[in-house]
Amino acid sequence: MLRMAAKRMLIAVPSLVGVVIVTFLLTRALPGDPAAYFAGPAATKEAIEQIRVRLGLDKPLYVQFVRYVGDLARGDLGNSLTTGQPVVYEIKTRLPASAELTLLGLVVAMSIAVPLGIFAATRPNSMIDHLCRVIATAGVSLPVFFTGLILIYVFYYLLGWAPAPLGRLDVFFSPPQHVTGFYLIDSLIAGDSEAFAASLKQLVLPALTLGIFALAPIARMTRASMLAVLASDFVRTARASGLSPITVVVTYAFRNAMLPVVTTLGMVFSFLLGANVLVEKVFAWPGIGSFAVEALIASDFAPLQGFVLTMAVMYVALNLVIDVLYGVIDPRVRIEA
Amino acid sequence: MSKASLLLREASPPTPTPTPNPSPQGGGEPTESVAPLQAHLAETQSPPRSANNTGVAAALRHARYILSENAVTGFAFALFLLIVLAALLGPYLVPYDPLASDTASALRAPSAAHWFGTDQLGRDVFSRVVVATRLDFVIAIASVALVFLMGGLAGVAAGFFGGWTDRVVGRIADTIMAFPLFVLAMGIVAALGNTVENVVLATAIVNFPLYARVARAEANVRREAGFVLAARLSGNGEMRILLAQVLPNIMPIMVVQMSLTMGYAILNAAGLSFIGLGVRPPTAEWGIMVAEGAAFMVSGEWWNAFFPGAALMVAVFCFNLLGDGLRDIVDPQRRT
Repeated sequence: MLRMAAKRMLIAVPSLVGVVIVTFLLTRALPGDPAAYFAGPAATKEAIEQIRVRLGLDKPLYVQFVRYVGDLARGDLGNSLTTGQPVVYEIKTRLPASAELTLLGLVVAMSIAVPLGIFAATRPNSMIDHLCRVIATAGVSLPVFFTGLILIYVFYYLLGWAPAPLGRLDVFFSPPQHVTGFYLIDSLIAGDSEAFAASLKQLVLPALTLGIFALAPIARMTRASMLAVLASDFVRTARASGLSPITVVVTYAFRNAMLPVVTTLGMVFSFLLGANVLVEKVFAWPGIGSFAVEALIASDFAPLQGFVLTMAVMYVALNLVIDVLYGVIDPRVRIEA
Repeated sequence: MSKASLLLREASPPTPTPTPNPSPQGGGEPTESVAPLQAHLAETQSPPRSANNTGVAAALRHARYILSENAVTGFAFALFLLIVLAALLGPYLVPYDPLASDTASALRAPSAAHWFGTDQLGRDVFSRVVVATRLDFVIAIASVALVFLMGGLAGVAAGFFGGWTDRVVGRIADTIMAFPLFVLAMGIVAALGNTVENVVLATAIVNFPLYARVARAEANVRREAGFVLAARLSGNGEMRILLAQVLPNIMPIMVVQMSLTMGYAILNAAGLSFIGLGVRPPTAEWGIMVAEGAAFMVSGEWWNAFFPGAALMVAVFCFNLLGDGLRDIVDPQRRT
């Protein structure tokens, strides 16, 4: 098991190298003047020239690359022009907000999509099967920012159930003491049930928005792989041996059907991390996505580069986790490795 | 990420096909490992050119059969025609100038005069939504065409030639797949410059792995096909075989791929303009209209963001249904 994980980690190295090269190229080798980018729109000619020398942009490309990698190794992603803070600091303080939202979105998606897919597969061509198909097609067609706005209109403006879509916590509450950075967990640790309820209220709509977006591929894959497994010999044998339908589906079929679903999670995360940016903008969520959008509007390139790099590294790491998880679920993968 | 190469491998036969034997005496007789492939191809291969006439008629009959079987695809096709019509004729049909503001009647709810209401500057939302169809449609078509050229050709070459071509294309696809796609698109547009052309380019680049993967797998199973061997035997160069024999043969599957990714292309472009990349105000475009209307959602003026968002949703839904339908016609085995 450990050997497999280590082996898999080695495979992730080229991906990481690719990611670093691409984020480097995004700033340096492209048309336009990177020094002007980093200096911001209001900079004078002398200031741009100063930055060019300071960033080493007057040196050949490979020297710049070595320097860039060196900066990365020291955890230096440059400074944000708008806030004046190091980009690393900004990303570190904002990352928990994004992570909390994305993970909860995934939980929502999984807890709706997996049962839906299973029910659809056990009753092909029934109402629930059609429902599953409609949801799967409609889910990928919904622009995620549009879903969010509709939810805000219905649940905030019309029904008044949800709080104003303005960040992680109502202004009347102070955030719980920082432990994990996840307000839900931190407020529980602090024993502050009011803050817990308040932050949960803020989380529901954005998490639901993300969940609706991510649920389609999971439901589709669960249904397809469940159908395949239910038609297999070992399920027939289990049924013939007189096991109850629930035991057959839950104990035997489900675990085998989960394998392809876990594989699709990689794609789902690609969707989720991208959609996260849009959802954060809609709900004024103070995560790294809205940080990047603010930087984008201010033409502040260093934070954006840091954001792209962080997202990509996280995505590579998530794929790594998924592959290792795959080995946990399926012993055959371990033996092959 | 190795995801792309994993998927690439999954779609191709597990054993690597031998490189084509260039020696004249060996070229004619299929080697042992080629035989099963040819047997497989006998089933999937399209009929030879001489039978084209009956082939087209049969395909049409088959399409009609599928359409009658699946009313949804027919509906999607009708919707598609409507969208194309709106894109072509929209600007001539709308009741108001999409850019003309009229502050006296700003933020009015939908009425007989303004079907979709008016926005904060008093512009007619209906006119703007209809006129925006062309821009959104053109962005999607352009990016899909571009990625077909880049990804399709690179994938076909990778699958047909194998070797280092395959490794280079695979490595590029892997690197792109290592990013969350929307995030990469954001980075590309921000770096290259905030223009519509760059939105098209970024959308094309993030779709590259998908096209390269499909084209590679399809070209790979055909590299030793009978018609390829015949073309090689009659003295055609490899490049000519690739472009004149292999590429036309995988076209149907690539067209399905294009219509399947069309919806994603629209969503991606609209998402980018929603966060302020690409299209600039006051241009009418669905993503930017939703962004402009978003602020009014909390105060109850829903029509501003709802109608462009709904148009976006309907368009994407239509392309997804159409893509599924086309796939059913071209590749019945993958019908779900």
